[in-house]
Amino acid sequence: MSTLTDQLAVPEARRRSPGPWRTAAADLSRNRSAVAAALVLLVVVTVALLAPLYADHIAHTNPFQSHVSGTTVVDGRTVPVLTPSSTGLGLGVTPIGPTWDFGHYFLGADNQGRDVMARLLYGGRTSLFIGVTAALLCCVVGTAVGVVAGYAGGVVDSVISRVLDVIWAFPVYLLAICLSVVLLTDGLSLGPVTVEAGSLWLPVVIIAAIYVPYVARPMRGQVLVLRNKEFIQASIGSGAPALRVMRREVLPNVLPTAIVFLPLMTALAMLTESALSFLSVGVQPPDASWGTIIEDGLGLLYTRPTVTIAPGLLIALTTAALNVLGDGVRDALDPSARLRGGV
Amino acid sequence: MLYFALRRFLSALLVMFSISVLVFLIFFATPGVDPAARIAGRNADPATLAQVRHSFGLDRPLPVRYLLMMRHLLIDRDLESFVNRGSKVVPQIVQAMPVTLSLVIGAAVIWMTVGILMGTAAAALRGTAADPVIMLVGVVGVSLPAYWLGEVVNLLTQKRLHDSVFSWVPPPGYVELGQDPGQWALHLLFPWLTLALLYAGIYARLLRGEVVSALNEDYVRTARAKGLSERRILVRHALRCSLIPIVSLFGLDFGALVGGAALLTEVVFGLPGVGKLTFDALQNLDLPVIMGTVLYAAFFVVLANALVDILYARLDPRARHA
Amino acid sequence: MPEPSQPLLDVRDLRISFRTRTGAVTAVDGLSFSVAPGEILGVVGESGSGKSVSMLAVLRLLTNPNVTVTGEVLFRGRDLLTLPDKEMRSVRGREISMVFQDPMTALTPVYTVGWQIAEQIRAHEKMSKKEALARAVGLLSDVGIPDAGSRVNAYPHEFSGGMRQRAVIAMALACGPALLIADEPTTALDVTIQAQILDLMRELNARGSAVVIITHDMGVVSEVADRVLVMYGGRAAEEGPRRAVFHGPRHPYTWGLLDSVPRVGGPRLSRLPTIAGVPVSPESVPEGCAFAPRCPARHDRCDERPFLSGESEHRDACWLPAGERESARAAAHSAPGALNRRAAP
Repeated sequence: MSTLTDQLAVPEARRRSPGPWRTAAADLSRNRSAVAAALVLLVVVTVALLAPLYADHIAHTNPFQSHVSGTTVVDGRTVPVLTPSSTGLGLGVTPIGPTWDFGHYFLGADNQGRDVMARLLYGGRTSLFIGVTAALLCCVVGTAVGVVAGYAGGVVDSVISRVLDVIWAFPVYLLAICLSVVLLTDGLSLGPVTVEAGSLWLPVVIIAAIYVPYVARPMRGQVLVLRNKEFIQASIGSGAPALRVMRREVLPNVLPTAIVFLPLMTALAMLTESALSFLSVGVQPPDASWGTIIEDGLGLLYTRPTVTIAPGLLIALTTAALNVLGDGVRDALDPSARLRGGV
Repeated sequence: MLYFALRRFLSALLVMFSISVLVFLIFFATPGVDPAARIAGRNADPATLAQVRHSFGLDRPLPVRYLLMMRHLLIDRDLESFVNRGSKVVPQIVQAMPVTLSLVIGAAVIWMTVGILMGTAAAALRGTAADPVIMLVGVVGVSLPAYWLGEVVNLLTQKRLHDSVFSWVPPPGYVELGQDPGQWALHLLFPWLTLALLYAGIYARLLRGEVVSALNEDYVRTARAKGLSERRILVRHALRCSLIPIVSLFGLDFGALVGGAALLTEVVFGLPGVGKLTFDALQNLDLPVIMGTVLYAAFFVVLANALVDILYARLDPRARHA
Repeated sequence: MPEPSQPLLDVRDLRISFRTRTGAVTAVDGLSFSVAPGEILGVVGESGSGKSVSMLAVLRLLTNPNVTVTGEVLFRGRDLLTLPDKEMRSVRGREISMVFQDPMTALTPVYTVGWQIAEQIRAHEKMSKKEALARAVGLLSDVGIPDAGSRVNAYPHEFSGGMRQRAVIAMALACGPALLIADEPTTALDVTIQAQILDLMRELNARGSAVVIITHDMGVVSEVADRVLVMYGGRAAEEGPRRAVFHGPRHPYTWGLLDSVPRVGGPRLSRLPTIAGVPVSPESVPEGCAFAPRCPARHDRCDERPFLSGESEHRDACWLPAGERESARAAAHSAPGALNRRAAP
């Protein structure tokens, strides 16, 4: 109710002096679901970071090591990791299922006899790395593009906006697929920047690129509004160079929105990464990500569903936590910020 | 209104053109790559390579190449897959289209209905325990990878519970609508639900935010002061205004899905739609098919966007003069 | 004490508090006032004085779950605060209408003006859409919208601010309400339009509706009001017939309000007097007199809370003895800037 806010806003703003960031942090820490989501993320990240510890000291394996003719010990009995399939033409193999024993194939093996648990932890590192760096890159580039377009106006704005429109109108997955197909075999070399074909940076760059309009368009809108505010006009009027106005006056005011987008973008980037990897145009073997593990598990879906289900659950858990945290951050910082919802 | 539609249509053509240029550049002008080798597929012999070079005019300047490409695709419609020799791209796409449309339209009906109901209910019940519960369902929907969900659905309906609860579920595949409408719907039921769950979550979350902020608008206070019932205020005023941004998002999503963004669902459920076509081409690095489907996709996206903008103008009187 | 036979609206001991993050805030504290049939009451006060909130509370439009409203709001003898929702709805828009400050946002953007007026009519009277729309045309032309027959199909964004406010007023009049509450109806408008809207209010009043007009502008009150209620810090400071309040203001806050209005033909001032200090915030209203921290005539007794009192219809909430008021006001006035100099704590 506007009357209500009118009447409470003035004195409250005056009395509360800790600054917007502190206030937002306090708001966020009061938001129970956001705090729970942050805790979940903390656990997921910690566990993923501890992957080498698990592989080296508990499971005594590594995520790339195949055990095609290996054996392991379950309930004191020695069993083969891979059993030739009894049905069909005998071409398939059935890997060992979950043993629920941390030392020996806790979640079973995949069809190359690799320890699924170890792959899951290492895959988590990859997925999180790609999600976070792609989101960061995307938010930085998107904010920069949006600020420049909104601030400069005129021809610069028109050109940038049209380009963004075209990318925006493109189904993101198809765009990502196109880029991946072209870049996967040969890598990317743009001037001084060279990304190797099999590098993890390739999906990072691709994912960041396709989502730039998601960030840049709302940013541009905000800057257009800011541009007409008195304090910006005053700054321009006092003869400050454009770059300085953008950095000192505009950027601090759109920063909250960029930060709101970060967790939501990370969730989006992780889902995209997993889908691309599932389509075998994302993370390339021998690297594992949650998406590639799901793809590995596809052939085993009816016999060893854990290989597929476990990484999927982790993706769902992580992205759900990111979304809830993102909503909390948005409520605390900038309730009007809205990311285009499509995945 | 007619003028508006015409102008919108022209700008759609412009975007189409830009997208085709973008796709063309991605495939033909990425530095350091020989497009011929890529079009010809893996392990192509020199003769094929030469043929590709000639057919796509790879020794000629970029604009000519672009025009040649467009001629193959739109005028002669003889763009040919070099991986599967002799299979033309355009007829394949035309054949796959009804499958994709069946999947996406059905799912869209479900997700719009469910999403609007959930979002409105959550907004109306804000402050009660029901709101966070509904929104949690929404978050789950948004956070599940669609293809993975499809796999789990398959696991349950085809294997684990197939002998009990889901014995009526047919094996993955597609039956044409004209052939047997009942089987058509039955085969598409789980693909519809899987695809719809994701989008229902997105739309419910989005709509809730819109409705909640609309309920704080002055015009809602006016409506209340007029003595209208809460239900009427919610539906005819708050929801009606909140639908405007939802509709514009729907256009983008619907176009993208018809254009192939539903490929994960199609792949998982074995539906021979455009997405599956793209996926298969991807597996073989069959570039002409990929180019064809991507441009087809762009066409649908742009068309859907233009239609939605016109619909948008019908929904929002303010947009008609913009 | 001559009481009006039966007040149309009788608000008694209205208390409105908001639960905020930092505790409960009392926005309106023990407000009582009444409106007689057919009269125009002007409610004056700074933003934060609780004037708008009280009127919203009268119509039960404070929907925020953190708001608590207590007291009595008797309308034609019925307490609106305890009325069932359904009956309350039939009061809103039919017996009591409300016009809000900002006409730009008060109408739903996606429907035509006529549709919105017809909606209100049909919410209260059995009538076909066609008839309701025809009545809407009549109402629009009544409030002075030219070519109402075609403008009825225009959307709000096609109207100027003044036209929109007229449309909103037309809507408020649709069912011939006994009471119209206008919350700063002219604040968002150009001066020339303001006068027209005020004329409209007067015309409406002439047709028999009582009007409560909320404003921070003493000029508006002096033009239209029969009686005046001055509010400060969520409480009534002074209440009385317009003439009495304007010619013999009793509360130091009213002095300040009147002195800060520039006068045509008055002495040319180098600086308009203002009221020193900042308006009291609803969260820190003093125990005693709310105005005491800014008051030029403050004394010991002000630590105790004054209530509206007085023999006639002209009452005020101030401890200054009646005999000392004239001299205190003169003292505050004769030293230009004296009101300014006293800083708030």
